[in-house]
Order: sequence, then C-alpha cells, then structure tokens
Amino acid sequence: KIESLKVTVDFLKVPLGLKKPPLKEALAAVPGPGRPKPLGVERHKPRRSDTMDNESQYSGYSYKSGHSRSSRKHRDRRDRHRSKSRDGSRGDKSVTIQAPGEPLLDNESTRGDERDDNWGETTTVVTGTSEHSISHDDITRITKDMEDSAHLDCSRHLGVALAGALALLAFLTPLAFMLLPQLLWREELEPCGTPCEGLFISVAFKLLILLLGSWALFFRRPKAFFPRVFVFRALLMVLVFLLVVSYWLFYGVRILDSRERHYQGVVQYAVSLVDALLFVHYLAVVLLELRQLRPQFTLKAVRSADGASRFYNVGHLSIQRAAVWILENYYHDFPVYNPALLNLPKSVLSKKMSGFKVYSLGEVGFLLQVGTGRGAPPSPWGSPARGRALPRCSHICGSAPHRLVVAVEEAFTHIKRLQDEDQKNPREIMDPREAAQAIFASMARAMQKYLRTTKQQPYHTMESILQHLEFCITHDMTPKAFLERYLAAGPTIQYHKDRWLAKQWTLVSEEPVTNGLKDGVVFVLKRQDFSLVVSTKKIPFFKLSEEFVDPKSHKFIMRLQSETSV
Amino acid sequence: SQHSAISSFSFFQQRIEIHKLRQGDNLILGFSIGGGIDQDPTQNPFSEDKTDKGIYVTRVTEGGPAEVAGLQIGDKIMQVNGWDMTMVTHDQARKRLTKRNEEVVRLLVTRQSLQKAVQQSMMS
Repeated sequence: KIESLKVTVDFLKVPLGLKKPPLKEALAAVPGPGRPKPLGVERHKPRRSDTMDNESQYSGYSYKSGHSRSSRKHRDRRDRHRSKSRDGSRGDKSVTIQAPGEPLLDNESTRGDERDDNWGETTTVVTGTSEHSISHDDITRITKDMEDSAHLDCSRHLGVALAGALALLAFLTPLAFMLLPQLLWREELEPCGTPCEGLFISVAFKLLILLLGSWALFFRRPKAFFPRVFVFRALLMVLVFLLVVSYWLFYGVRILDSRERHYQGVVQYAVSLVDALLFVHYLAVVLLELRQLRPQFTLKAVRSADGASRFYNVGHLSIQRAAVWILENYYHDFPVYNPALLNLPKSVLSKKMSGFKVYSLGEVGFLLQVGTGRGAPPSPWGSPARGRALPRCSHICGSAPHRLVVAVEEAFTHIKRLQDEDQKNPREIMDPREAAQAIFASMARAMQKYLRTTKQQPYHTMESILQHLEFCITHDMTPKAFLERYLAAGPTIQYHKDRWLAKQWTLVSEEPVTNGLKDGVVFVLKRQDFSLVVSTKKIPFFKLSEEFVDPKSHKFIMRLQSETSV
Repeated sequence: SQHSAISSFSFFQQRIEIHKLRQGDNLILGFSIGGGIDQDPTQNPFSEDKTDKGIYVTRVTEGGPAEVAGLQIGDKIMQVNGWDMTMVTHDQARKRLTKRNEEVVRLLVTRQSLQKAVQQSMMS
C-alpha cells in the first residue's frame, strides 16, 4: 500500500514542477547579475526528485529551518523544542512529502502568489536565499529582539525574585515570632496550655490557607510581559513589606528586648500578623481579579489591514492590561490575517516599502520577500487591469468548494472503523495515521487546488492536513467536520504556532500605559504588517424605569375608521 | 347632474360626474372617504344601518371638483366608473378613485336626504 501511494504522490508532483510562470516574471523584473543562479539551482531539482531520496529533499528544508531557528532563538527563549523539526522526523515513511509552503522567515508578510505553485515540490530558490542572506528588516528585528528580550529578562526576573523573597519573609515571620521566645528564654516563659494550643492550630491552618491562596493567585505562569511595572502588584508588595517590617519593629522592641514572659500574648501577636496577611491577600484578590470583572468600558478593536473589528466589554483595567486582554481575544476571535486575500496586485505586493534594500550579491530570490507588506500598501484598490486575482477567482471559487467536498466525501467512504466481529488480515488493519495517508492521495489534488484558489496555502502544509485528517478519522468525524477548518478562515490560534507571532506586538499609546482606561482612550497594538487600533467607550449609564402591566389589560378591537382623502 | 330615482328597494341614487383637478403631479377629487369591509362600521356617523360597511363621503373640500359636481358629505358611494364600491376594502376604494389615467370619475351615490325628499314628494 505504501509503495502504491508513493507512486501516486510522485505522479502528483511531476506536473506541478512544470509550472513556473509567476516565479519567472518576478525574476525577470530583477536586475541581471543574480539571475543565472536560481535557474541553475532549479535545474538540479528534477534530478533530486527522480531519486525520491528523502534525505536530499530534507536538506533544502533544513537550511531553511536552520536559519529561521537561529533568528528565532533570541525571541523564543521559552520554547522548549522547535516544532519545525516535526516534519523531519517522519522521514522514515516515504509517503510524506515535505511541503515547502512553510513560511520562510517568521513574518506574516507573505509572498502569496509566488508560492502558489510551490506546494508539493522543493523550492530551492527561496531556500538558497535563506542560507546566504538576510534582509535589512531581519537584521533590525534580530537586534531589537535581542536587546528587548535581554532587557525584559533582567527586569522580569528581578521583579519575580523580589516578590518571592517578600512572600517567603511574610510567611516565615509568624513562625519566627512564635519560635524565638521558645528558643531564647524558654525557662522564663509562663506555661500556656489550651489557649496556646488552640492558637497554634489556628495559625497552622491559616498559614496553610494563605499558602494555598497565594499559590492560586500569584504563582501562575505570567501570560504576558508588561512594558511597565504593574501598579497594583507593586502596591501590594509595598503594603506587605510595611506590614511585616512594622510587626518586626514592635516585636523587637516589646518582646525581644524586654523578654516578654506572657507566651500567650506572643502567640496572639503572631496570630494577628497571620490575620493581617490574610486580609492583604483578600485585598489582592479584589484589586487584581475582581475589580476588572464588572464591565465598565467597551473596547472596539479594528484591524488596520482589512477592517475586521470586534467589541469587547472590560472592567477597570490599565491600558497595558487591556492590551493583553484584547490580544488574548484577538487570537480566537479574529480570522487569521491573510494578506493574499486582500487581493493586492502582485506588483504592489512585491514593491519595496522601506527606505533601502540590503542585497546579497548573487541571490535573486531574496527580492521576492523584501518589502512585502511592510507598512501600508499605497492603494488597496488596484485598477482592474493590474489586479488579476479577483476576476478569476469569482468563477473558480464558486465551484472549488463543491469539488473539494465531493472528493473528501468520496475519500471518506473508503475507510471503515474495525468492528470486533470483522475478521480481517492483520496486514489490512491500519492505525489512524496509515488510514489517513491511504485516503489522502485521492483528495490531495482537489484540496491543493482549493487552497490555492482561496489563497490559504501558506497556512496549511501537507503535514498539517494529514494530521488533521488523522485526528478526524480517530474521532469518527464526517467529511464536513474535517473540512470546516479549510472552508473558512479560522482564528489565528487554530493555526500552527509559527503563525501566531505572539512576540511581535508593540503597544503604542499617547498616555502612560499604566494609566487606567477612560472614555476616549485610544491605543494601538502594532505588529509588523498590520496593527490593531483599540478605542474605548464608557458603557452608558442606564436609567431603568419600571412600568407595571396588568395581564388583564391586554384587549383588542377592530381598527377604527380610517379616512382617506382623494 | 341627472336625477334618476330607482324606486325598487327604496334606493334613491344620483349620478355625479367629477372632473379631477390637477395639482402638481397629482389628480385630486376634493373629498375624503371612510368605510370599507375591513373597517369598523359602528364608527360611521353617516350610515343609518350600523352594519353597513360601504364607502361614505366624510368630507368635501370647499370649492373642490367634488363640491362643484354636487357631491355632499354623508353620501354613500355605490359605484365608481362602473366598479362596485359596496363590498370593497378601504384601500381598494381609494385605488379605484385615484387611478392615474382617469380624468373623470362617474359616481353613483345615494344619500339619506335624497331618500327622504323623494319619500316626502311621494307622500305629498
């Protein structure tokens, strides 16, 4: 079965290899010296694919991933393993084809159209670029990320360390209060029976509750790193510090110095500190969690690239916290940003927007990725003569989903879940992965065509489609459920982590970001290729008045005589 | 106007011919109607029989074409240009009176005063 699939897959690849026009016209637009090289590289390709040698296929890919890995290392300190290697690990099964539709560098500014014909074959041109050259924007981005993350790491760790130390001090202080007299002047202490034991138990449980509460409230992986100090947290830390210090002061003067004999009093003193800490914890819950829950403002978030907008209700938050809230909701509410769908003509997409270009001589493919989507394109509405995508799509797009649905439905009929009573050859029994691969070949063509016409190609690699198919088969989903991910552009979080680009957001605001939200505040969450403009409006004050309606008062009559003048 | 008294079933009818007046884009007749099978007949001040759902003239504009032609307030309109008006809805009646391509409407009306006058003349 696997051999037959290999053949099918080979067959799929070959006709695609012949389609080159978009790449060629882009190359033609480029200055001379660089031109021979990519063609030379292309010529190597048929040889490589003929042998169907997985190693040679992956070599091109690994250069690509190697580069992006290094550029990303500085940004992704917290990621444990790069999931890009996931495709390389499947090399033993020769059925899987490396899908070079992967984004090269970690930006959403895509080279949409040029990648149309690349799915299913190795794009050696673009990989060649990534080993040898980086664009100017890459350079600035890398250095900026290095300095940003370095700076943030320091301050972040400092803050956490400080808070941890303070918490530990506050936790151990009551214990110290109670233990020190025992250790230092045990013989002089008055015996204290039942009341003390009761107090000991209460201290123990209160400390336990405090510990659990602090763990629940504070010891969470932070969801975001704020540019400025979080005011309320700082306030609380100062409060706890003052509390503990003042308790120690009094303790030192009244108890240690004068060697207080009344042990019960000492224990009660310690218990009062624990009570005070519990109340501070309560204050923390109210300030950090509750106050923001009651809705006070409506935030409107508009994406600058295509106008997708949403409204959110939030409570009292500072601007930076509101920004993080908006981002959290952005990732599951807004459809993924697909610049190819903006129907920008190719000439606009490939025009360089930033001030100057950085060339690496001899590399031509590089130009294809330079300047795409940087800043705002000059005119979103290209003249019909230039914009070629829209008219053609209208008659293809209508039938492509239907063909795809038919192909997928037909493919799904080939699979059946094994019932216990079926007697089947062990060779014929497949696990979900194999089942997915078995039926994938029959729908691959329709799927590829559909993704190409809807310009979703960059978002779905063959591997991801196979994984999704395997997932659907395992859970007995119908073809329609399998397709829902592809028929409509989903929210960003549905796609692979590489598409999230969660580290790239910048908060732009005229007011200091620790200020609270007020009516009319506007801030912008900027990313490389688009930005989210958020404006605030206060929720109106509703004056609700009451009107009593007697159920017996519902009575009706025929309509009165109407009079019409003619 | 021609007087014709039809004595069967105590119907006293008068034919009235109104020439519509052009006012801007509209042709107006100069009176208002009320009644219809979709209206409440008990509200009709002009009808003797309070179950009568016919079309009645409720107002006549002073100096308008209807007044000139002799239409009076309280008249019940029986026919318009041959179309029956005793079993129509209010809106249908309006439409039949305000057809854009008709410059003249010939109404068949009946009124109580007319009825009484004929009765008196017959008695005397």
